[in-house]
Amino acid sequence: MAIHGLWVINKAGGLVYQRNFGDGLPHLTSNEYLVLAGTLHGIHAITSRLSPTGSSSGAQEICGETFKMTILLTATGTKFVLLTSLAEPNAGSVLQKVYEAYADAVMKNPFHTPEMPIRSEGFDTRITALIGSG
Amino acid sequence: MAYNQPQPHPRFSVLSSSSLSSLEHLSPVGSSTRFSLPSAPSISTTSAPKPGQRPNIYDRNLNKTRAAEVSASAFAFLFSELVQYTHKRVNGINDLERRLNTLGYRVGMRVLELMSWRAEGSTKAPKREIRFLPALMNIHTHVWRAVFGRPADAIEKSVQNADEYMIIDNDPPITRHISVPRDMSSLSCSSFTAGIVEAVLDGLGFPARVTAHNTPTGQYPGRTTILIKLEQSVLDREEAMKP
Repeated sequence: MAIHGLWVINKAGGLVYQRNFGDGLPHLTSNEYLVLAGTLHGIHAITSRLSPTGSSSGAQEICGETFKMTILLTATGTKFVLLTSLAEPNAGSVLQKVYEAYADAVMKNPFHTPEMPIRSEGFDTRITALIGSG
Repeated sequence: MAYNQPQPHPRFSVLSSSSLSSLEHLSPVGSSTRFSLPSAPSISTTSAPKPGQRPNIYDRNLNKTRAAEVSASAFAFLFSELVQYTHKRVNGINDLERRLNTLGYRVGMRVLELMSWRAEGSTKAPKREIRFLPALMNIHTHVWRAVFGRPADAIEKSVQNADEYMIIDNDPPITRHISVPRDMSSLSCSSFTAGIVEAVLDGLGFPARVTAHNTPTGQYPGRTTILIKLEQSVLDREEAMKP
């Protein structure tokens, strides 16, 4: 029942936002995070083309032994990824709220450049209010 | 009798009717009985405007939209584009604020005209504010309500300078989603609002210089002060009019 981390991946596979909550995750360098996000982007592209019955939105949940990652793909290709414990029941709804905060505090902010790293104070505040400080 | 139909748009020009979508040209309702030539739909562009068409925006009743609301999201995107457009074409924060002020001024002129028309247009003895404080109250309450849907949060008078007044908004709706980067932290996008206030004051005959400043508090991180610096002539007149 814990949320460990949040990633936002742009449509080209670049990591534009990354934040850890609590001390559950190992500390990686920002370069390592970029590589992991790019890999996830590739895996997601593979899963979306493997569907046996028509088109698919790709992987929505990837589970490990101790944690799972829930992926929300938006209509514009931006991906929101939430790393949580296995028992976390609200990952989907939290991601929807993150998407809402993204639409409000990032897309409506004139000082944000699309597809570039998110440096918006408003988004940080909204995420803190939603998930808690990290 | 067929020609006696009410023609709601006598000023509807051929030019504007030709810009209608081709779908409407092809609709059977569109062609009048005089020109029943469905095989040549282009002729119908010269016919009278069709009934049931949306009226020209200039022919609409101004009171119809009195209680109408605008999507805050749509406006936020529009305002964001407006700031980006302006930002690309200026050097420095002062220039950006001045341009936003100018854009707000254009809105304010129209707001004042529309508000006076709505409030006083139908009365026998229309009046306007000639004293400054009632005018300021009017801006705080009615202009804010017309533009933002609620009154502003406070009015203050400067202690140091007799010519300075402030309107305070704890959470301005137009800058709610804007995070100003640290290197431009002195920028206040509420300069647009300042422009609106400046235009209304100008229109009422109180020339002033109006600017916007961020004055965040712990409870209200978006708190904004609209600073009004009146011209000396206004102060002199106020003094002369004292009973």
